[in-house]
Amino acid sequence: MRQFTDWQITTLLLDAAVWTVVLSLIAFVGGALLGLVVTVMRVSGKKPLERLSAGFIAAVQSIPLLMLIFLCFFGPAVVGVEISPWVAAATALILFAAAFLAEIWRSSIQAVPRGQWEAGKALGLRFLQVFRDIVAPQALRLAVPPTVGFSVQVVKGTALTSIIGFVELTKAGTMLNNVTFRPFFVFAVVALVYFALCYPLSYASRLLERRLASR
Amino acid sequence: MPHVPGTQETAVKLVGVNKWYGKFQVLRNLNLSVARGERIVVCGPSGSGKSTMIRCINGLEEHQEGRILVDGTELTDDGKIGDAIRREVGMVFQHFNLFPHLTILENCTLAPMKVRGLSKAEAEEVAMHYLTRVRIPDQAGKYPGALSGGQQQRVAIARALCMKPKIMLFDEPTSALDPEMVKEVLDTMVGLAGDGMTMLCVTHEMGFARQVADRVIFMDKGEIVEEAPPAEFFDNPKNERSRQFLAQILH
Repeated sequence: MRQFTDWQITTLLLDAAVWTVVLSLIAFVGGALLGLVVTVMRVSGKKPLERLSAGFIAAVQSIPLLMLIFLCFFGPAVVGVEISPWVAAATALILFAAAFLAEIWRSSIQAVPRGQWEAGKALGLRFLQVFRDIVAPQALRLAVPPTVGFSVQVVKGTALTSIIGFVELTKAGTMLNNVTFRPFFVFAVVALVYFALCYPLSYASRLLERRLASR
Repeated sequence: MPHVPGTQETAVKLVGVNKWYGKFQVLRNLNLSVARGERIVVCGPSGSGKSTMIRCINGLEEHQEGRILVDGTELTDDGKIGDAIRREVGMVFQHFNLFPHLTILENCTLAPMKVRGLSKAEAEEVAMHYLTRVRIPDQAGKYPGALSGGQQQRVAIARALCMKPKIMLFDEPTSALDPEMVKEVLDTMVGLAGDGMTMLCVTHEMGFARQVADRVIFMDKGEIVEEAPPAEFFDNPKNERSRQFLAQILH
């Protein structure tokens, strides 16, 4: 057993937290891009596309994130492809974020009253003009708070990737506990770092909600 | 005869129009011809199909059988034709449907800029002209949420007029208003009628019908039951269902 000072433990955890942030960003940005495609399919009015996107959303939402991570990690091995924990973790989190964001955005678009579509159409605007100039700006206003709020779920979701061996904040905490035998201190610091990452996001979400609602 | 826009004597023509929601028939064999400059009031009990009829005229809803011609152009399920017709047909809704994220002025300039290709300055000039006409020019910088219902509906009328439509459709424009705001909206519509605009108006405002309508159309159960000049319709309705309806709304 090696001796670590409190400060050394904290800096090691902060180093690992960088990977939590990087993985969160990749998951969120990748999930947003894929989620946008799924959203457009979902509201396209074309039955096959709607079914496909609805099926994707239902499947991902009904599987625990941990299983999704296992499937992404062990699935490729079945067909003989080695995949790093890093790629598996990113893939699983992107799928996870895409499904939930698509559902948030679909509901935001559908929450814009039908009369808005009709008023735009009645003025002679084309479908895409109505969407871009009338519906999307209003949907965006509705979507921002829950989207920012959901980013908290992504950050916390990255903790599960520690199980397939990806070294981020939680995995580093487990490893440090194994060498220091100071579980309470180590995991208290881990929890504090998560809190420092997530609380500003929750706070921003609430702030945005109030600000956007007041207009 | 080749079709030249704006020269047709008949502004709107419905020939044998039928429409169903699933198995339920909402419009039954409608035949109607509206002359240029004519002012029509459509009334009838709720669920009689009157709103559905005028929503079919600008293609917000589809009809399944029959023909609808607007300014000589037949409305088909071709989206381009629908868009072209809607450019020339203004509509005012029961619930105003102003765009809440845009100012009053932006509500009025959006379509003229995007659809007619006007510059911002041109569109704003047109918008201010019509906002002045509906007596709201001083509210141009506000958002719709800051206006009363009556003001919002007058803005909605101005917004439609900014497209310089040939025909105006009104779908129960005063039904969602507080009583004290009904008059300001009706006054605006009376002014519009005085300018010779072709108007089809679904309303229960019988005073308005008497004052401006050339013809009153009474609908029930998806059919046009009676059509007559207002004096004749109100004082001497021929159909039993018209009589019952008038007895109920005129107390």
